Amino acid sequence: MFTDFFYLLRKKGVPVSVTEWVSFIEAMYNGYFQSSLNHLYYVGRAFLVKSEAYYDMFDLAFQEYFGGIKTEGVELDKVLKWLENPLQRLPRLNSEEMEEFQKKLEEFRKTHNMEELMRQFRERLKEQKERHDGGGKWIGTGGTSPFGAYGYHPGGIRVGGESWMQSAAKVAEERRFRNYRNDIILDVRQTKVALKKLREFKREGAEEELDIDETIDKTAKEGGEIELVFNRSRENTVRIILLMDTGGSMFPYTELCERLFSAASQMEHFKDFKYYFFHNCIYQDVYEDIANYKRVPTEKLFSNFHKGYKVFIVGDARMAFSELFDVNGCIDYFSTNDRPSVEWLMRIKEHFPHSVWLNPTHRNYWNHYTVDSIGKIFPMFELTIDGLKDAIKSLTSRAKPPLQN
Amino acid sequence: MGNVVLGYKGSDDYIASRPLMEIVNVSVALGKPLVIKGEPGTGKTLLAHSIATALNKRLIVWNIKSTTKARDGLYVYDTVQRLNDARFKDKDISDIRKYIKPGKLGQAFISDEQVVLLIDEIDKADIEFPNDLLNELDEMSFHIPELDEEVAAKHRPVVVITSNSEKELPDAFLRRCIFHYIEFPDVEMMERIVKVHFPDIETKLVREAIKRFYWIREVDGLRKKPSTSELLDWIKALALGGISVDKISSEIPFLGTLLKNELDTDRFIKVSNSHGGFGLKRRG
Repeated sequence: MFTDFFYLLRKKGVPVSVTEWVSFIEAMYNGYFQSSLNHLYYVGRAFLVKSEAYYDMFDLAFQEYFGGIKTEGVELDKVLKWLENPLQRLPRLNSEEMEEFQKKLEEFRKTHNMEELMRQFRERLKEQKERHDGGGKWIGTGGTSPFGAYGYHPGGIRVGGESWMQSAAKVAEERRFRNYRNDIILDVRQTKVALKKLREFKREGAEEELDIDETIDKTAKEGGEIELVFNRSRENTVRIILLMDTGGSMFPYTELCERLFSAASQMEHFKDFKYYFFHNCIYQDVYEDIANYKRVPTEKLFSNFHKGYKVFIVGDARMAFSELFDVNGCIDYFSTNDRPSVEWLMRIKEHFPHSVWLNPTHRNYWNHYTVDSIGKIFPMFELTIDGLKDAIKSLTSRAKPPLQN
Repeated sequence: MGNVVLGYKGSDDYIASRPLMEIVNVSVALGKPLVIKGEPGTGKTLLAHSIATALNKRLIVWNIKSTTKARDGLYVYDTVQRLNDARFKDKDISDIRKYIKPGKLGQAFISDEQVVLLIDEIDKADIEFPNDLLNELDEMSFHIPELDEEVAAKHRPVVVITSNSEKELPDAFLRRCIFHYIEFPDVEMMERIVKVHFPDIETKLVREAIKRFYWIREVDGLRKKPSTSELLDWIKALALGGISVDKISSEIPFLGTLLKNELDTDRFIKVSNSHGGFGLKRRG
């Protein structure tokens, strides 16, 4: 039953596990579901989707699977039917009429109580059995009754508005959770949450320190015989270097990079956080400021920072072939370089085994020779929440040698 | 079989949306922990209180802090007390049982009647914390090695877990739970929420205030959007201050109750000025 819905969900990218699916099916067989699509939508989602980030994908799948089925409605649905295909006979109002209309609207507001209106609406809904167009009393289209749609009664009740429980297919259709998707661009808070993952390194390579609680515990258990227990220090040892491209092609992504930057610099739990800028690609110098004024020899990165530093390089990695591979390929007129950029990049990767490249452009646009070449030196990820998470995952796992082709 | 008995329908002081009610009922019926996420101020914590009130059950709250360990929730073996007692001859220390105190989860298990257990802000704890509770929540039992005893729940507690998504919860943990994300309430819902808190305040004032409130929430680039609790404070202030409805639409009195950050206030004033003053974005 529904098994293809399971596969559809997975196809849409909702990570449903078999365990979840089985408990969902079990609950259904045991009669915990009301036979209603609304119920299935909300409660099913509670069983199958475990993060709001996937709500949107669930909506899409639900829409595709159940979209064809007519949802039994709250009474509004019935009403909406009557309002389909409004009469195409609405007069166009000129500005004078519009003004009068506005005035009437105000008047109506003053004289009518919304609650009273709602009550009338419900009553009339009970009485009314069929579609109604025009006229002044019933719920319908094109008329002047306060109830209905496409009509000209000022301030009346517009049928088709929000209800606390819309039919499920409609909610799915709305895709209200689109903004919670993980693959959209990051904001500062989200970025911080992602960067917090770097805290997992905390106990890495730490010194030993006395665990007092455990020591007391152990000692007491031994009946007073002192027994010292040591534990790994919980100090955070993460050190970060952020290298950011400020080249012209990065201009559209400035804000995005700023967010990453501000998130990273607001993180208090890094032991050390250094940042440098470069223009298009890295040569013998990097810069301490965005305007590329205060230069620091790239060589210094190697002498000042040990290989435990994690390096994030942010850039679109798109440039002219010569900028990456040629001596004196640097795009700046006044700069010369006696070693091609690619050599510097390889040296960075060699010295800092934990380094990744974050690319603000979409993966689909990475099909470019310099992007490819750089992607072979550094593991490359999209600058999105998901990409950042993957990048951090790859940083926390053991460093891999650069991919060879 | 069809319908589950709708046990939970919200309580007097808490408005739950219909989907949420049904999800609560299913999770109570199945005895599965319910994980609740949502923006601050959407009533995650209050939900547990409301369930306890509505189902007339005792509520046990386990507030999670960054230092909380999973074992704290099960039981604490007070070794220091025992060591201390051992120094004097007047106490019998041979019975370990006297020094084992149940934690919040343990209390929920040994309670003689079903209770509601709220594990509040689970994401505050260490990233491994939820995983350490996997088995305990799944089987609703744990082992005390000191006594070599199994503590099993007499009645499966109704477990509500809230998270602010500061840290993501591990998949293995989530798989065993039922999940719901509380959306920020829409206007209609908000009106009902306000009504529950202040039944006496004039409807017109509430409407106008809510309209303003949503407008402020939509201002771009606020660091902290005002949430339900701020709205409630604001409406209370408005009512106490005897502010007339017209005044709310022409200016925003007591802005400080809504926006608590200086930068936000500046930002808001800038935006509202660029819209040609307050109150022009009215829609019929």
